[in-house]
Amino acid sequence: MSNRLTGNEAVAYAMKQVNPDVMGAFPITPSTEIPEYFASYVANGEVNTEYVTVESEHSSMSVCLAAQAAGARSVCATSSCGLALMYELLYVAASCRLPVTLACVNRALSGPININNDHSDSMGARDTGWIQIYAENNQEAYDNFLMAMPIGETPSVRLPVMTCMDGFITSHAVENIDLLETDVVRKFIGEYNPENYLLKKENPLAVGPYDVSPYYMEHKVQEAEAMKAAKARILEVAAEFANISGRRYGLFEEYRMEDAQLALVLIGSSAGTAKAAVDKLREDGIKAGLVKIRVFRPFPGEELALALANTRAVAVMDKSEGFSANGGPLFAETRSALYDLKERPYLIDIVYGLGGRDIKVEDFEKVFGRLADIAVTGETGPVYTHMGQRSKEEIA
Amino acid sequence: MICAKDINERTPWQDLTPGGEIYEPGTARAFNTGAWRTHTPVFHPETCKHCMLCVPFCPDNAIPVKDGKRLDFNYMHCKGCGICENVCPFPAITMVSGGVAR
Repeated sequence: MSNRLTGNEAVAYAMKQVNPDVMGAFPITPSTEIPEYFASYVANGEVNTEYVTVESEHSSMSVCLAAQAAGARSVCATSSCGLALMYELLYVAASCRLPVTLACVNRALSGPININNDHSDSMGARDTGWIQIYAENNQEAYDNFLMAMPIGETPSVRLPVMTCMDGFITSHAVENIDLLETDVVRKFIGEYNPENYLLKKENPLAVGPYDVSPYYMEHKVQEAEAMKAAKARILEVAAEFANISGRRYGLFEEYRMEDAQLALVLIGSSAGTAKAAVDKLREDGIKAGLVKIRVFRPFPGEELALALANTRAVAVMDKSEGFSANGGPLFAETRSALYDLKERPYLIDIVYGLGGRDIKVEDFEKVFGRLADIAVTGETGPVYTHMGQRSKEEIA
Repeated sequence: MICAKDINERTPWQDLTPGGEIYEPGTARAFNTGAWRTHTPVFHPETCKHCMLCVPFCPDNAIPVKDGKRLDFNYMHCKGCGICENVCPFPAITMVSGGVAR
């Protein structure tokens, strides 16, 4: 069934089809509409979810992880400062191995205050132990949310999943979208049946105990192994999802990469614009391509290295500033992944689109122009630059 | 499923439960949480009528009961809060200064 929905509506609709047991609800721009739409489903009796309105995001995530520990399937939505306020509980959810599902609608983090899109919120949470899956458009936002639970709830994984989409660009723009039938969705996600949970009266359970130093590291190793195991499970679920939807997903999407010599690596909605630039350059015989990272945690390092192995020059496009003074977070991951290649492409990092700064096809063409120069001269020039800001100097 | 008593400092990570979950009750018995006291309750069994009012008031379950009678304090869990002395209708509990009753 086809419909015209915003990204937020699509995710709320996915939640309705899932009919979770509990939702911890607190509004924050631009994800506000998700709990708002969902409240109407609850009020109209379309779902039988326990909808818990709370006083902060710290509490909404607390509700979710407590419910999940009790044996319930819980969902949540947030953005920006809301995600930052959940920070402590993000670790608790992951380390207590509670597969909560969170729709993160990416928005810049303060300051100065800004409500528009970039990835600084979810990138700030990248090391909390949550699986992170990013969407390019409304369809992917819907699809990713449906795939989250079968991934996170797998016993070998048992990790919370954050499905991310770009605030306003994806969350508020209306697109045609293919929706699955609800019974198909229900069958796909299945029942949530954890082996142990707090409300199972025949097994007393202590969750989140004090973990002294002789045990803490062992539990972190378990968590790290679960994150590694998640990679195979993500692909398995994607294959199952292809069977019911006809839409195929990998850890990342390769666009015209077969013989690409110049490539971009990026995340999210900018991929659509970048694909237009790639198409334009291909018409001129320039071997351009792009890799759109879909799964950022676990990071598909080996796979990405293979995908980029035959390129000459690559620009990693970071939609968040990591303040490492050494490039953005996606650049750090990508450069690290490529280190083991015998012959590596030249690599540059371009931080762009902060706080909703627009990026156009021409901007991507400029980046490819820079890559073309690097491929010829072998000189990368400044490795880590910003793009789109007003400046007295011209770099790219 | 591994029991708490079988978990020790030589257990490899593969055998530990996910997230450190413990699948049995009462494991706090193995963990001394009592070294917080600045005041210590002293039990006077000769004046105690075993009304049991002190037992539910104790926030730390530090008053053991056996065969309908309260026993002496479990100092492994007692934090010395003094609620028991306050609720005792008889002079069967007195608080003394210091972490240890002398």
